[in-house]
Amino acid sequence: MSDHAPSASELADFRAEVSGWLEEHNPADPGFLLPQTFMEVGSDQQLEFLREWQHKLWSAGYLGVHWPEQYGGRGMHPAFQNEINRELRRHRTPITFNVIGLGWAGPLILDIGTEEDKAKYIKGILSAEDIWCQGFSEPDHGSDLGNAQTRAVRDGDDYIVNGSKIWTTMGNYAKYMILLARTDPTTKRKYDGLSFFLSPMHGTGIDTRPIQKITGEYGFTETFFTDARIPSSCLIGGEGNGWRVAMQTLQYERGAAAGAAGGQVQVRVSIADLIDEVRSVKRDGAPLLEDPVIRDRLVQLIMDEKALGLADKRSTLGDLNSDYPMSLLLSYKLRVSEYQRRMRQYGLEIQGGLGGLYVGDEDTIAGGFWQRAYFNNFATTIGGGTSQIQCNIIGEQVLGLPKS
Amino acid sequence: MKKSNMAIGLSEEQGMLLDTAREFCRDRSAIPAVRALLQSESGFDAQVWQEIAELGWLGVAVSEAHGGSGLGMGSAIPIVECMGKRLLSTPYITTVLVAEALQRAQSHALCERHLPAIVGGQIATLALLESEDWGEETIELTATDAGGDLQLAGSKTQVAYAVQAELFLVSLTYQDEARLLLVPASALGEGAVRRQTNIDETRRSSRVDFTGATVSSDHLLSGDAAAIIRDLRLLGALLYAAEAAGSTAACMDLTVDYLKTRKQFGHLIGSYQSLKHPMVEVLCDMDNARSFVYHAATLVSEASLDEDAESACRMAKAQASEALKFAADRAVQFHGGMGFTYECDAQLYIRRAQWSQQAFGDAYHHRKRLASLLLD
Repeated sequence: MSDHAPSASELADFRAEVSGWLEEHNPADPGFLLPQTFMEVGSDQQLEFLREWQHKLWSAGYLGVHWPEQYGGRGMHPAFQNEINRELRRHRTPITFNVIGLGWAGPLILDIGTEEDKAKYIKGILSAEDIWCQGFSEPDHGSDLGNAQTRAVRDGDDYIVNGSKIWTTMGNYAKYMILLARTDPTTKRKYDGLSFFLSPMHGTGIDTRPIQKITGEYGFTETFFTDARIPSSCLIGGEGNGWRVAMQTLQYERGAAAGAAGGQVQVRVSIADLIDEVRSVKRDGAPLLEDPVIRDRLVQLIMDEKALGLADKRSTLGDLNSDYPMSLLLSYKLRVSEYQRRMRQYGLEIQGGLGGLYVGDEDTIAGGFWQRAYFNNFATTIGGGTSQIQCNIIGEQVLGLPKS
Repeated sequence: MKKSNMAIGLSEEQGMLLDTAREFCRDRSAIPAVRALLQSESGFDAQVWQEIAELGWLGVAVSEAHGGSGLGMGSAIPIVECMGKRLLSTPYITTVLVAEALQRAQSHALCERHLPAIVGGQIATLALLESEDWGEETIELTATDAGGDLQLAGSKTQVAYAVQAELFLVSLTYQDEARLLLVPASALGEGAVRRQTNIDETRRSSRVDFTGATVSSDHLLSGDAAAIIRDLRLLGALLYAAEAAGSTAACMDLTVDYLKTRKQFGHLIGSYQSLKHPMVEVLCDMDNARSFVYHAATLVSEASLDEDAESACRMAKAQASEALKFAADRAVQFHGGMGFTYECDAQLYIRRAQWSQQAFGDAYHHRKRLASLLLD
């Protein structure tokens, strides 16, 4: 990575170049609904479309530009990738779907992997040739990662793995998994018995079962390890350091400067989109947006969304955070995921009879976008620690309330 | 929907005011001091008022030419927020608004004559409201010519600190137009001021009958009175929002302290999720109110408020009204039987919440106007 911070004019030129390229190459509507997040890739058709798009973006030199050249990056300053990310957002491109590779595994391997690891994995992550998935959660330990029970037992040059993981995104398509497994069940602290692996997904004893979501679609699998042998070279960070490595992995998500390859992680859904799309909806024989009750609620949602953006900016103003220093940071996930749930639910609620139709019906608004968006949003209010767990964490760490 | 203005900042001066005000309000307005004033005639401590004047806070938004520091209304926000956090009630908000009106009207003679005194601690108050309806645009109070003077007919309600005020800024109709008139207390007749009983006992307001008052016509403010009144209502809403945001934080702290110490069924009650989770909601509401308040403080300037500033003031008031109302309601409930008593401090906040929500328009009032700004 280059240490030289680019000037404003260099960045502006670069941004213009990216924008020009996107004008020409941002894919047209494929005629089927595209996933808004990487957790919603439910069909081969969607997968192939997204794979092609990510490959095209990388080939053009617009993904992981700050990653080293010899592994598929361009060795540029992270500020350039941030410019690209902004343009992708502005042009509302499809997502760069290989998120676990781009945002978690890739930066981790570049940070602490061996030379062999880097040569073997990085380029495939960028080109979308190798899809990565994540194996942290387990069926019996949803929000309690530190309690993972999947066992990995050393046997010669291999580890023998037994157990199961759940909510494996694209588990059926992935070639590799970042896997958190217990190598020592006897440690005093449960965290100390965990190790972190870059595990293959294809091999004897590794099976996936697709999980059908409330939307009727797929996107996650449950992954079963039954005496699966994985080479000991898959271990990363050393035995017993799995928890520390997992926590380190979660840090990269915060953007290019933190190490992630960048791209368009998710399609942002905004109240502005909702308002535009329901303009034609009628209620009591008049436009929906003239109804005073609806208007009041929409304004509340506009305010909720705006408050999130303002909180993000306010969190950098020290004097305005001194009384509850961790409040805005720790509550962000709760507030954004719950806001999205309320907003998307409302998007469906105000459609009158149209809200009774579903994806696939030609009369739906935007192809049933809101129906699907609402249901899929539960991935964010449940995944990564449910909203209820978030409330415990905030109540205890910000307000100092006693443990539940 | 047009792109949202997301400006939020804190100037060095605002930061310094925040520090000073935090300390001052904590020292001068501990809960026993607040309670001692509840039944008093004036409702505030004259000594503290004089100190506020000496700190220069009445002049933060007044131009240097008139004895102020010319920092703009955004600089009053941290002060008022801190006052709210300590339930420190004084004629500060209403006095600052009158000074702001004089400046916005650019009535030079009136500014020269009155602003230095106001900066020095003279109490001035706004008389805008005529009924319960904050959305009423028509002004019933009239002025008619009477031999070079103006004679008034009509009354105003919820005039803050009217008993102590030396100056009243009155909205009225004169020659079929909205105008603002500065009325000295000496022009009021015997019995013109009737003190009201306020739900929030830290407040003082009166119904004031201006009928028969005669005032020289050079006390009329120049400028576009309708526009100034609109700005005053928005700035008033913002100031009350800042105060409510501060009170919300204090109310939350009160409840959290109780949840950390009170045991029932063998456990600290704060460990129960049915009490813990709503407190997180209170925290998030308070944080949002604070964000809107400082967003608005960043956008207001001495110019007539543009759409972004209007929108920000209304959001701040709508959010802060709801935040304090919820925090105070839960404060009473979560204190259990104790919360139902006058002795418990939760009463101070639940009473304040009801006053604050209506002052300068409640949440519905502002969201209704936001809908026109944002959806049409």
